[in-house]
Amino acid sequence: MEEDPELERKISGLKTSMAEGERKTALEMVQAAGTDRHCVTFVLHEEDHTLGNSLRYMIMKNPEVEFCGYTTTHPSESKINLRIQTRGALPAVEPFQRGLNELMNVCQHVLDKLEASIKEYKDQKASRNESTF
Amino acid sequence: MAAAQAVQEMRTRVVLGEFGVRNVHTTDFPGNYSGYDDAWDQNRFEKNFRVDVVHLDENSLEFDMVGIDAAIANAFRRILLAEVPTMAVEKVLVYNNTSIVQDEILAHRLGLIPIHADPRLFEYRNQGDEEGTEIDTLQFRLQVRCTRNPHAAKDSSDPNELYVNHKVYTRHMTWVPLGNQADLFPEGTIRPVHDDILIAQLRPGQEIDLLMHCVKGIGKDHAKFSPVATASYRLLPDITLLEPVEGEAAEELSRCFSPGVIEVQEVQGKKVARVANPRLDTFSREVFRNEKLKKLVRLARVRDHYI
Repeated sequence: MEEDPELERKISGLKTSMAEGERKTALEMVQAAGTDRHCVTFVLHEEDHTLGNSLRYMIMKNPEVEFCGYTTTHPSESKINLRIQTRGALPAVEPFQRGLNELMNVCQHVLDKLEASIKEYKDQKASRNESTF
Repeated sequence: MAAAQAVQEMRTRVVLGEFGVRNVHTTDFPGNYSGYDDAWDQNRFEKNFRVDVVHLDENSLEFDMVGIDAAIANAFRRILLAEVPTMAVEKVLVYNNTSIVQDEILAHRLGLIPIHADPRLFEYRNQGDEEGTEIDTLQFRLQVRCTRNPHAAKDSSDPNELYVNHKVYTRHMTWVPLGNQADLFPEGTIRPVHDDILIAQLRPGQEIDLLMHCVKGIGKDHAKFSPVATASYRLLPDITLLEPVEGEAAEELSRCFSPGVIEVQEVQGKKVARVANPRLDTFSREVFRNEKLKKLVRLARVRDHYI
């Protein structure tokens, strides 16, 4: 029923260098004509399920988001398409940024808890070894 | 009440039925269930989340993560396998190789040897940079020559006695410091992790003389850079007995599971089965092959408890 939608490619060339080594992710936004900024597909280069699935989970937890999904375009190409649709007129970039920040907070918290737990385990072992003397 | 319990089960357990697994995907997103507030709340996550280390030694780490979702746990696993950097041999400069092992095979084997060096102290090598600098390269030398042992007995056929240096181990690799590396790293800290990895075998007259350059890389690039032998996770098993199981059936039930999972106790003269330690179970689903017992047990996994 829809004729070929004209895709306006708004390449907002955001080059962010990730913390892992030398890979630079170029981020693109693709919007179908006729919609406002609340349904957007992001193309993330040099990413795969590692970021895609966890980011999708964090964005879906946001009650403002109506739809969020990701797909790998082809296993030989290392990029993912992430689509976000929001209820109402909230621009889609906002849940995207919020999801990324929340994911960072989660990972930081997990790291803190893991380090505390490892330290506690080592202390326990040390005290157990001492008590056998 | 039954409906509420069913919803709770769907939200928190992955159920293993006889012919398939149900409730696999996470469904607790906002709006899916009325009466539950599923929106992301960092404080609630922090309150429910915990990490318990079960076992930690030089070569392995086992821990439990409770309160996190599969998407994020899997992301951690993928990152451990593919994106944590290590140092490994990348370039091998062969001066002399008269052994039976071809150059490229030998280079491949050397690349897979784990190197004891902290990759955080090194940089990645720039693209197209042929000569390594001291900040991104480690150099090792391997020089072994095999000779005949003049003191061997006349008619012995044991190669350990007949030949000297006929097995090339990783302990024959020596570190060659570049630049100021000798000051930064005390003697003995930069070495292969294991001393006794067999690299090649030689016979008298054969020699291996080569120089190796180690660089920093990640597992995505080549599996030799992966820091773990493997990283895996499983969900905590959850076994519920739908009805009390007694007598002979109790003995049979305990045999259907891994040892230690089901305990048979004597209560008032009758043997009663009790779930003692579901964590040990490996879920072979033997219980479903038994007609009588399969209706009495529900096998499930706790959705947010990762081991």
